Amino acid sequence: MPLELTTTRHNPGIDPALHVWGWEIPVYLFLGGLVAGLMIIAGVRLLLVQPRERQAMVCCTIGPLVGLTLLSLGMLALFLDLSHKLYVWRLYLTFEPTSPMSWGSWILLLVYPALLANTLTHLPETVPAAAKRFPVLVTISDFILARPRVVIGIGLGNMVLGVALGLYTGILLSALPARPLWNTAILGPLFLFSGLSTAAALLHAILVMSFKGEYRPAFADFLLSALARWSHGRAPDPSIAPLLSQADNSFLTVELGLLMLFLIGMVTSAAASQQAAALLLIGPYAAPFWVLVIGLGILTPLLLQFLELQNRIRHTLAPAVLVLVGGLALRFILVFAGQESHWLRAASLP
Amino acid sequence: MARYVMVIDTRRCVGCMDCVVACKTENNVPEGYNRDWITEEVRGAYPRPQLEIRSERCNHCANPPCVYCCPTGASHVHAQGGVVLVTHEKCIGCKGCLAACPYNARFIHPDGYVDKCTFCLHRVTQGLQPACVSVCPTHCMHFGDLEDPQSDVSQLLQARAHHALLPEAGCQPHVFYLT
Amino acid sequence: MPALSRRRFLKISAATVLAAGVASRVTRTFAAAAGAGAGTSGVHRIPTFCDLCFWKCGAIASVRDGRLWKIEGNPLDPLCRGRLCPRGTGGIGAYSDPDRLRTPLIRTRERGEEKWREATWDEALDYIAERMQRIKAAHGPESLALFSHGLGGTFLKHTFKAFGSPNIAAPSFAQCRGPRDVGFRLTFGEEVGSPERTDIENAQCLVLIGSHLGENMHNTQVQEFATAIGRGASLIVVDPRFSVAASKAKFYLPIKPGTDLALLLAWMHVIVTEKLYDADYVAKYGYGFEQFAASLVPSTPEWAYPQTGIDPETIRATAREMARYRPATLVHPGRHVNWNGDDAQRSRAIALLNALLGSWGREGGFYTPASMDVPDYPYPDYPKPAKPKVDNPDHRYPFAHEALTTGIRDATLTGQPYPIKGWLVYATNLLQSLPNQAETIKAIQQLDLLVVIDVIPSEIAGWADVVLPESIYLERHDELNVELFREPFVALRQPVIASPHDQKPNWWIARKLAEKLGLGAFYPWQDIEEYLAYRVKEAGLDFAVLKQNGLIRGPRQPLYFATGAPAAFGTPSGKIEFYSPQLEKAGFDPVPKYVPPVAGPPGAFRLLFGRAPVHSFSRTQSNRILSDMMRENAVWVNAGVARRLGLKSGDRVCLKNQDGVVSNRIAVKATERIRPDCVYLVHGFGHTSRGLRHAFGKGAGDAQLITRYKTDALMGGTAMNVNFVTLEPAEAV
Ligand SMILES: Nc1nc2c(c(=O)[nH]1)N[C@H]1C(S)=C(S)[C@@H](COP(=O)(O)OP(=O)(O)OC[C@H]3O[C@@H](n4cnc5c(=O)[nH]c(N)nc54)[C@H](O)[C@@H]3O)O[C@H]1N2
Ligand SMILES: Nc1nc2c(c(=O)[nH]1)N[C@H]1C(S)=C(S)[C@@H](COP(=O)(O)OP(=O)(O)OC[C@H]3O[C@@H](n4cnc5c(=O)[nH]c(N)nc54)[C@H](O)[C@@H]3O)O[C@H]1N2
Ligand code: SF4
Ligand code: SF4
Ligand code: SF4
Ligand code: SF4
Ligand code: SF4
Ligand SMILES: [Mo]
Repeated sequence: MPLELTTTRHNPGIDPALHVWGWEIPVYLFLGGLVAGLMIIAGVRLLLVQPRERQAMVCCTIGPLVGLTLLSLGMLALFLDLSHKLYVWRLYLTFEPTSPMSWGSWILLLVYPALLANTLTHLPETVPAAAKRFPVLVTISDFILARPRVVIGIGLGNMVLGVALGLYTGILLSALPARPLWNTAILGPLFLFSGLSTAAALLHAILVMSFKGEYRPAFADFLLSALARWSHGRAPDPSIAPLLSQADNSFLTVELGLLMLFLIGMVTSAAASQQAAALLLIGPYAAPFWVLVIGLGILTPLLLQFLELQNRIRHTLAPAVLVLVGGLALRFILVFAGQESHWLRAASLP
Repeated sequence: MARYVMVIDTRRCVGCMDCVVACKTENNVPEGYNRDWITEEVRGAYPRPQLEIRSERCNHCANPPCVYCCPTGASHVHAQGGVVLVTHEKCIGCKGCLAACPYNARFIHPDGYVDKCTFCLHRVTQGLQPACVSVCPTHCMHFGDLEDPQSDVSQLLQARAHHALLPEAGCQPHVFYLT
Repeated sequence: MPALSRRRFLKISAATVLAAGVASRVTRTFAAAAGAGAGTSGVHRIPTFCDLCFWKCGAIASVRDGRLWKIEGNPLDPLCRGRLCPRGTGGIGAYSDPDRLRTPLIRTRERGEEKWREATWDEALDYIAERMQRIKAAHGPESLALFSHGLGGTFLKHTFKAFGSPNIAAPSFAQCRGPRDVGFRLTFGEEVGSPERTDIENAQCLVLIGSHLGENMHNTQVQEFATAIGRGASLIVVDPRFSVAASKAKFYLPIKPGTDLALLLAWMHVIVTEKLYDADYVAKYGYGFEQFAASLVPSTPEWAYPQTGIDPETIRATAREMARYRPATLVHPGRHVNWNGDDAQRSRAIALLNALLGSWGREGGFYTPASMDVPDYPYPDYPKPAKPKVDNPDHRYPFAHEALTTGIRDATLTGQPYPIKGWLVYATNLLQSLPNQAETIKAIQQLDLLVVIDVIPSEIAGWADVVLPESIYLERHDELNVELFREPFVALRQPVIASPHDQKPNWWIARKLAEKLGLGAFYPWQDIEEYLAYRVKEAGLDFAVLKQNGLIRGPRQPLYFATGAPAAFGTPSGKIEFYSPQLEKAGFDPVPKYVPPVAGPPGAFRLLFGRAPVHSFSRTQSNRILSDMMRENAVWVNAGVARRLGLKSGDRVCLKNQDGVVSNRIAVKATERIRPDCVYLVHGFGHTSRGLRHAFGKGAGDAQLITRYKTDALMGGTAMNVNFVTLEPAEAV
């Protein structure tokens, strides 16, 4: 029976299709996930490495350091999205247990010190210059390293908070069942593993850029020499590059699996969810989804890094860049398509 | 404890939008924005279609995702009648509640905060009917307390077939349509 | 005229008693409101009556801290019963409309170029008076015509009559209810009037032929309609479009446009042959029933079927349904009935059907209205015009009992029977309300003077030599509303808020103009309150009470024959004329005969039009509140047809009529709610006046596409449903 549904409502950002979130939220979710990944890796490494071990630098120091910056950028994006900015402090006058956003804002408050602690633990040997200028850094580092319990605490703290942050970026959306595309618990783990893969990729990229001479992509020279001159730092140990590629591949594999589960779940449930999935599978978002997220974002890097591990090809920036792009695309597509998905939409005539 | 509901008789409603105009003037809803609106649903084919006209607004859900997702408590369930309200001074404009509402009943006021139907609580507390109800020329809108079995809303829901919107969304909406 | 003799006159004593009674009631009502409104200090509630259409509902405007806030219905008012329609509720938008006219304007370029210079009132009125005198000198005062629609024109008409011109017309006759009034006068010797005397509230079976109540928002009618629906009254709706009313009907008859008379005749055939009519009523009040019955013999449902597309069984079933509930079966006379040129006869057929059902003068049919006796203001006698009215020379249209706008237009064009050289246009947008805009513009080109008094820069104002900005209804006094209605009452319009710019009320303009024309003697009163107070006092009512309550009600009078309303009929025979000697003498069918409607070019759709609840004609599209409800109109196209044409809702098209006129781009509403052989537009959109910045070019105008019209031979009404359009692709923007 034909159905003709019209509405006289025309609220900006709501009609004809919901579009209240622009680029800010996907960027925030992407960076949030990335930082979550960096924290988990940092935490793990912190627990595994021996004190004064050089490999510590990339994962436990540079990673968190970069994390702090990226997180701040993410928070900025989030802030830019608010339409009643002057009241942002209201977030911290209350805790709303039912609101993922409230959880998120408090988690973020803890993430900073955790990342900082992780950074400080091995900062002196990573950036001796800084250590020279501020001896206190050395004191702190020594203080921490002298106390295994504290190190473990910092490591675990980063892992736990990292997982929380990663899950939160997904739950933020899945707590909005009004949009069928988000109406699934898988988004949490999905974004968590996407975050881990992007994090591993980023660290891998940093390593690759710091490779010796001919192994390193030319354009990295300038960057590194500059950094090196400033920090009198020693190049990090490239030996964990394969480890990172391996980790990244496993993360990507899990991510792929979760994506498949996500889609299967959609397609096999209510009509609204099927229409939602259709947005990704065959609808307006199909092209970017299949090409950017699945093809270039997951399958290609999987292959490349597999070959890297087989030592068939050199470690390059390529997989890292692809994974990062894929991760960002995933957030954009899910946020935009999600808003477009709906239970029932009425056409609005002029 | 009262539980305010709206019961709208689609048999009488003619879709004149008086309820929308009245809301605009009573509540200074800015041009181009709607707290309430009319939806026209046509099923079947000419010459025997069926037409249902509905005056729609926030359903003041008993299970309101918009409230659950609000990080500041700006969106809340008011003690009086379970009305869902937004405290402008608490709202940061994160728009989570807009995305959370399956009915798209909320909007961002040009001043930045989120706005929506209040069931005209400012009138109700004065013993008046909501503006839209009080203006309706066909007397097809009824507002009252579901807890009170004598209220005409209770009586109407007792006596007549009715439905609410998108029950599958699970929000337990409290605006009912008599068919 | 008998209609008058029947109005119940109110005894002074009764009035004062009642006034007191009302006063106390009111203070209570308002007390309640005030008690409730406690807290909202600085809110003043001032009663007046609405002017968004001609229903004149009692309203109460709230001014909060000196700013206009909202308008609500006056609970004391029997017309609105405390609830306005959406247009009334949105009335404050007329006050805040930024496109309003602000000062008098005098034309500086060619007519229609909308180029003005601002002028003072003195300057503008001197200019007008001077040219009126010139025309009078050259052609006589009769060569000036006044087009005036609505109560606001009262004082301008007075000035005009004092000036010596009999030529005063409104589109409410030849373009609106004229055919209906004629059809009913010929049958019952009386009109249904406005507000219509239809007892919808008590009808057990309601038949709507076109009348799209619910979209047509005449307040009392809609409220009573809803009451009837609520009571479960049986509803029969005849309309080529599945109107809102149709969606509530027990029987919906998707009639082929323009063939209603065939259906009506078939209905009457069934009712007569099956002896379902009210025999006693017909015997008692009827005249010429036998001839009438005889002439119906051929009009079988089988005959009507191919004409109307309504199958014989449905015709019989609905006829029996009507008979089943008689006399509480109301076949609504409609209001805007200028459809196909057979309109007066079709309306007469509706009157006759009601007569068969015995609904005239019966509960649930047509009640007998009453009004209060409020004496006119004692003015000096008007000069006797030297020439007869110009609009209907030698009674070309013998049954036109009101002036024909289009008749004045014809005279202006042809100079026959005598030239018309000046138009004064008050509150009517002739370019939107008269058919064939080109003809109107040609006529305007013949004029020495065109004055338009309006509140916004309407299309007609765009052609004026002088434009005068009037204060809107919330800013002025007007003539009293002495309503002829279910229960008699007198209502007052009084200012709620001051005019924002240099606008003036009609009475001030009319009075000033009279002075400038040397007719000051016709305005013994200085200020309108003085005039109003005088009339109210003469009626034995208390002006203070009127000001406080907005209206004073008179005692109810018997509404039905059964309860004492006299069953007298103002026809020559003094009876209900089933067979009309009047018509016969004038050479028309004494009993209506069906004439098939003009057919359109193949592939074209008949252009139908009507109302949207949130707009009044062409006057509300720039009201920001109401335009926010509906910004533009869309063209209704049958869903199947749309599919065939590859169109979907929201697509833009242009409408091209049989004479090649092409409309603005307009959105398609592909819907299962209309026949495949016609399209439908809400009237009043597609504004072409650049001054209407907000409404300009939004939607498409039916008026623009109505280049053809068919004139009703009985009374000169202009049928407009005789135009056909095709849908042309509009290049995307
Ligand atoms: N909101 C609002 N309400 C108004 C007005 C307004 O401007 N706005 N104007 C008021 C005034 S002055 C008037 S006169 C009335 C007019 O209101 P009505 O008297 O109801 O006017 P109609 O021309 O009958 O309304 C058009 C309807 O007739 C149908 N129709 C068209 N052709 C045919 C036909 O051949 N046969 C049949 N059976 N139906 C047909 C159309 O589909 C449409 O539904 O509205 C009044 N009420
Ligand atoms: N094509 C077409 N023509 C029609 C109709 C139709 O449906 N379609 N309907 C017919 C019917 S039923 C009728 S009753 C007539 C109505 O015909 P009109 O009475 O001409 O109706 P409007 O087009 O609204 O024009 C009213 C004008 O008065 C102005 N006005 C409004 N308020 C005031 C005021 O307070 N003071 C002054 N001075 N001016 C004011 C408005 O701005 C507008 O320019 O049209 C008839 N003609
Ligand atoms: S005012 Fe009443 S009749 Fe008009 S649309 Fe709203 S609910 Fe329906
Ligand atoms: S309708 Fe939407 S806004 Fe209103 S309570 Fe329900 S979920 Fe919240
Ligand atoms: S937009 Fe305002 S009301 Fe809505 S969730 Fe965010 S803070 Fe709460
Ligand atoms: S209850 Fe009040 S706020 Fe809600 S729609 Fe009606 S008028 Fe608007
Ligand atoms: S019917 Fe509506 S517009 Fe007309 S007078 Fe009444 S309230 Fe005003
Ligand atoms: Mo009319």
